[in-house]
Amino acid sequence: MKYLRDIGSYFIMLRKVFSSPTKGSVLRELIFKEIDDLIISSLGIVSFISFFVGGVIAIQTALNVDNPLIPKSLIGFATRQSIILEFAPTFISIIMAGKVGSFITSSIGSMRVTEQIDALEVMGVNSLNYLVFPKIIALLFYPFLIAIAMFLGIIGGLIASVYGGFTSITDFIIGIQDSFTPFHLVYAFIKTFVFAFIIATIPSWQGYYMRGGALEVGKASTNSFVWTSVLIILTNYIITQLLLS
Amino acid sequence: MIKAENISIRLGDEEILKEISTTFDRGKTNLVIGRSGSGKTVMVKCLIGLFTPDVGSIYFEDKAIKVMNENEKRILREDTGMLFQGGALFDSMNIEENVMFPLRMFSNKKRPEMLARVNEVLKRVELENVNKKFPDEISGGMKKRVSIARAIVNKPKYLFCDEPNSGLDPKTATLIDNLIQEITKENNITTVVVTHDMNSVMEIGEKIVLLKNGRIVWEGSNQEIFKTDNKDISDFVYSSDLFKKIRDIQIEEQ
Repeated sequence: MKYLRDIGSYFIMLRKVFSSPTKGSVLRELIFKEIDDLIISSLGIVSFISFFVGGVIAIQTALNVDNPLIPKSLIGFATRQSIILEFAPTFISIIMAGKVGSFITSSIGSMRVTEQIDALEVMGVNSLNYLVFPKIIALLFYPFLIAIAMFLGIIGGLIASVYGGFTSITDFIIGIQDSFTPFHLVYAFIKTFVFAFIIATIPSWQGYYMRGGALEVGKASTNSFVWTSVLIILTNYIITQLLLS
Repeated sequence: MIKAENISIRLGDEEILKEISTTFDRGKTNLVIGRSGSGKTVMVKCLIGLFTPDVGSIYFEDKAIKVMNENEKRILREDTGMLFQGGALFDSMNIEENVMFPLRMFSNKKRPEMLARVNEVLKRVELENVNKKFPDEISGGMKKRVSIARAIVNKPKYLFCDEPNSGLDPKTATLIDNLIQEITKENNITTVVVTHDMNSVMEIGEKIVLLKNGRIVWEGSNQEIFKTDNKDISDFVYSSDLFKKIRDIQIEEQ
């Protein structure tokens, strides 16, 4: 019963997010601020993780390919496929659910606890539109972050496999060009948009409807990460089933 | 003028307000008093529309909230200023941006005009040279004054204050009380203050509503408190030894 009520309140929240818009000039500033807080500030960690995980994928593939009949270009192929299909869109999104999701829940939750959301409502501001809508718009830029993660992951794989002595640059590049299916990129970016929406709205919902004090803000942040991750994994399965199988 | 007519509200299993009917006049500081848990804050939250009463109506200048359309409600809220117990200042904005916020949201003024108005209200609440500070860099009393400045910057018709002097030293509390009363008179607005501070009751209570267990048990002015034989208001006011002594002195003088 509680889950049904929660699902209902989530969709009611979404309806309110897109109604009674905030004044344009204010909204524009909020969107730029959210792009900075949610996207730009995540560039460093996403780049770092993508580069090294790309390297690890390449090394592990190389270490498991010891049959001389299998071409060395498989390392590049496997790195590309792993990064484009799963690592960049899905696992970076789970990392973002922790980094950005917790930030969204704790910032909105703190505003709830300190009556700042009540203050917005009393002033006649649609607090959901004011707080959540700019985050949804900012996360439309999330695919750029994932594109960077894809690029750096493959570069990391290239550097690790070449400087690790597992393959040559030529073989690796042949591998990343081999049997390339452009639809895989379309599939990855469709997933990315869906995950971006989940990362923007689930943590906002957790923060907005929380009750209690500072301790509950922490609990809400944890719940936000758990539920955002669960939904990302579930929708990943559904989208993959629909688009690739 | 704000009128509550027979309002009741239940939160969870408990009925918090029971058949509340009263009127708050324009140009007066109206106080809602009562012990903790008596329903004061819920009553104000009903008046400002954060809670919807289960039964009864609230009228602003003879128009019931429940018959207002969304646009009328929005206009009403733009005419409303609220001072929250903790100040409810936006942490991410400095003092100037906090006070300017209602103007940015609801007026078409240019930035220099808005800035002039912000400085005017900050001066009115006796705060200067704090424009660029953030809420966590100023004291509790200053936060309350910034919150008052934000509440009045858009020249509201209605001002609500939830425990405006809780957690403040007596001198700052008196300053806040006087400020609220002066602003009410200067702008001829309807002010409703929730408090359990007896100094506020005696200083600025032009109309006082005493709540007990969600019901109004006494209404009157601060002058009438000394004359009434209502047990509830006597018990509430004279719960402190200081006020008992004041009463004894008054009786002796009479």
